[in-house]
Amino acid sequence: MSDGTAVKIVGDLSDLPTSAIGPRSLVWWGTVGFMLIEGTGFLIAAGAYLYLRGQAAGWPPAGIRPPDLWAGIAFTALLLASEIPNRWLSAMAKARDTRAVRWGIVGMALMGLALLALRGLEFAHLNVRWDRDAYGSVLWMLIFLHATHVLTDLVDTVVLAACVLTREISDSQFSDVDDNAGYWSFVVVTWLPIYALVYWGPRLL
Amino acid sequence: MSRAADSGRVARLARTWSEPGGVWGFLTTVDHKRIAARYIMAAIALLALDGLMAIDMRLQLAFPALKRLEAQGFNEAFTLHGASMMFLVSVPVMEAMALWLIPLMLGQRNMAFPRLNAFSFWMYLGGVLMIWLPHIANVTPDLGWFEYPPLSGPGYAPGHRADIWAQMITFTEVAALSASANIFATIMRLRPPGMTLARMPLFLWAMLITALMTIFALPAVMLVTSMLIADRMIGTHFFNPAAGGDVVLFQHLFWFFGHPEVYIIFIPALGFVGAIVETFSRRPAFGYTPIVLSQISIAVLAFGLWVHHMFAVGLPKLGNSFYTAASLVIALPTGLQIFCFIATLWSGRPRLQTPLLWIVGFVFTFVIGGLTGVMTASAPLDLQLTDTYFVVAHLHYVLIGGALFPLFGAFVYWYPKAVGRRMSEAWGKVSFWLIAGGFNLGFFPMHILGLMGMPRRIYTYPAETGWGPLNIVASIGAAIAGIGAAIFVANALVSLRRGAPAGANPWGGASLEWATSSPPPPHNFDHTPVVEDRTPLWTGAARRPVMDGLSLDRRELLLTTPLEARPDYRQTSPGPSIWPLLTALATSAMFVGSIFTPWAVVWGSLPIAAALTGWFWPKGGQGA
Repeated sequence: MSDGTAVKIVGDLSDLPTSAIGPRSLVWWGTVGFMLIEGTGFLIAAGAYLYLRGQAAGWPPAGIRPPDLWAGIAFTALLLASEIPNRWLSAMAKARDTRAVRWGIVGMALMGLALLALRGLEFAHLNVRWDRDAYGSVLWMLIFLHATHVLTDLVDTVVLAACVLTREISDSQFSDVDDNAGYWSFVVVTWLPIYALVYWGPRLL
Repeated sequence: MSRAADSGRVARLARTWSEPGGVWGFLTTVDHKRIAARYIMAAIALLALDGLMAIDMRLQLAFPALKRLEAQGFNEAFTLHGASMMFLVSVPVMEAMALWLIPLMLGQRNMAFPRLNAFSFWMYLGGVLMIWLPHIANVTPDLGWFEYPPLSGPGYAPGHRADIWAQMITFTEVAALSASANIFATIMRLRPPGMTLARMPLFLWAMLITALMTIFALPAVMLVTSMLIADRMIGTHFFNPAAGGDVVLFQHLFWFFGHPEVYIIFIPALGFVGAIVETFSRRPAFGYTPIVLSQISIAVLAFGLWVHHMFAVGLPKLGNSFYTAASLVIALPTGLQIFCFIATLWSGRPRLQTPLLWIVGFVFTFVIGGLTGVMTASAPLDLQLTDTYFVVAHLHYVLIGGALFPLFGAFVYWYPKAVGRRMSEAWGKVSFWLIAGGFNLGFFPMHILGLMGMPRRIYTYPAETGWGPLNIVASIGAAIAGIGAAIFVANALVSLRRGAPAGANPWGGASLEWATSSPPPPHNFDHTPVVEDRTPLWTGAARRPVMDGLSLDRRELLLTTPLEARPDYRQTSPGPSIWPLLTALATSAMFVGSIFTPWAVVWGSLPIAAALTGWFWPKGGQGA
């Protein structure tokens, strides 16, 4: 040791692999840390929505229509559908299939673009502006917060696509593709409660 | 292994892990020791500034009817003091100590994500500049450290003072969250072979729990300050009752963060206490399992008592009763730990050197703060005490006694590891007695002042109140503590060159950071240590068990399984990089711009995206 004490070698680490994929990989743990942070952010924003709703006489307040259902359904349906190629991409990354990963990541980037366009449409059909009242403010906050996640993952995916299309894919990049797919699933899963809260909450409860 | 072969391999390792010098090396470093040292130095410098500001306030209050600080100046002083102490000193300094210590305690060569570590520091520095540069330009936040609306809303706080406060928080929370995700991944995956969760030093438990608390608590304050900025700039109505908003929502969100934050500061301090008590009692900590379980239960309970900061708001009575009960309950796991520490000392062979002296000071002072906490936890009593000097006394007993005293002990304890020399024991004791004595002289009278009815946050008071005598006592106490602090700093500076050489393990500690030279080489350890029990350096084995096989010529870290810590794979670790600094600069530009125009969020994102692309673009290396 560097303190001068004599050592006894009890194991050799040189045979260990130099990368891992999925929950074994270090980046997966970092990603989980950030998912916990962002998931908490969503939870607290949803809590603020419910708190303000609890203070209001009507929800939405009188004179405002709830967000148009079809826009929310279109976004949600495509988001759920994107899980199919996304999970496939994850499996292909784990199988280290270069050709499939290249196709898959381009497909996911296109999915992300289409979703962003639908999200823009959704904003146009919320039927309230953020500066009209607290209902409008908190509704925009929730959708905006989720939109930033869609956008962030789209940018991640495009950068990753540029990486894997221009060079030989290393083991660590297969792992990155898999982690990115995991993050995409997080973006999908966090949307579902927000969707229920802002589209169905005012109609059913 | 022959000595010559051994020195050859050490030289290769040192070459692999060393970094360029000069300005470029300063800007690109990813060495956790260098980054954390900067973090610690910056926090201590701010502690000194905030302390001077406290002395400024004590001068103003020393006698009745003084006019040296007018109301505005006093408002600015307590706002800057409180905000800076909470967001720029207490939370960051604990994390900074962890960033320095964790890889050493794990026998590792760096944190899990070295560049994220650098990014965290640069963002923290951005937060420091965000509030202190405007202060130099005389644009200082002036609404208290928690800036409630409507006072901080668009109607009552024109200008940018409130925005500066809110955005300073965004900076520091990004820094703290980055550090916490890093600490979480490091402790879960970078433990040395054999260090199961149940064999972790108490400090690592404390930091794992703190990292998780930070992850769950800080998003609330980032959200609420962003909502405040949105109300002030783009016309949202979160806190505007005229349009369906609610000002109490701000308080709920702020204190949902604010109460756990107290424990985010305090639990790392308990980790310091655990380490110091163990070493200076010369026995393994008494009640290791109850201590860990207590910290976990504190972490859970801390999220269930934020409303005790809001007893005076007028919430439903049942709610107040629930939060009174929850606030009283948290005293139990805290008390249990104090008893475990006392039992460790009692049954050991304690040596009363300076680090332990600070811990004894902690026990006395913190118990007083804890008892006044039990008093203020009771809603009816709190209605009398809230917004009086009693609360000022309570919070300083808890935070200075509970967090800063252990921090000072930890500083003295690990100083020899960092610089290779010890601080003077004699001057260390002088500074302890001056700080601890001055602190108690300064803050104890405030309990009585509070009971006499002196409110917080008043810049002066008339002589007829009868508050004069105790106020001058408090001011004298503050001055004595200030002299003690100056001696502490002088001792640390002089000992850099004149201190007695420390050797690898000057205090006879049991954890792995003492198994390398002081200061540690760039690569921290020549081999990968193997751990067989909770106190690996006290086994008495003539030859220390280690593993070999990590690359000597490429930066590699050993990853182990999350629970059993069995060797799993070798992860390449990135070298020096400018991208964390560039990303932090781009993020700072967006944060600063966004208090002037909402479009900064849009256009400011582009440079951030570009910088992150540069950061993650594969360069042969990998990882964050």
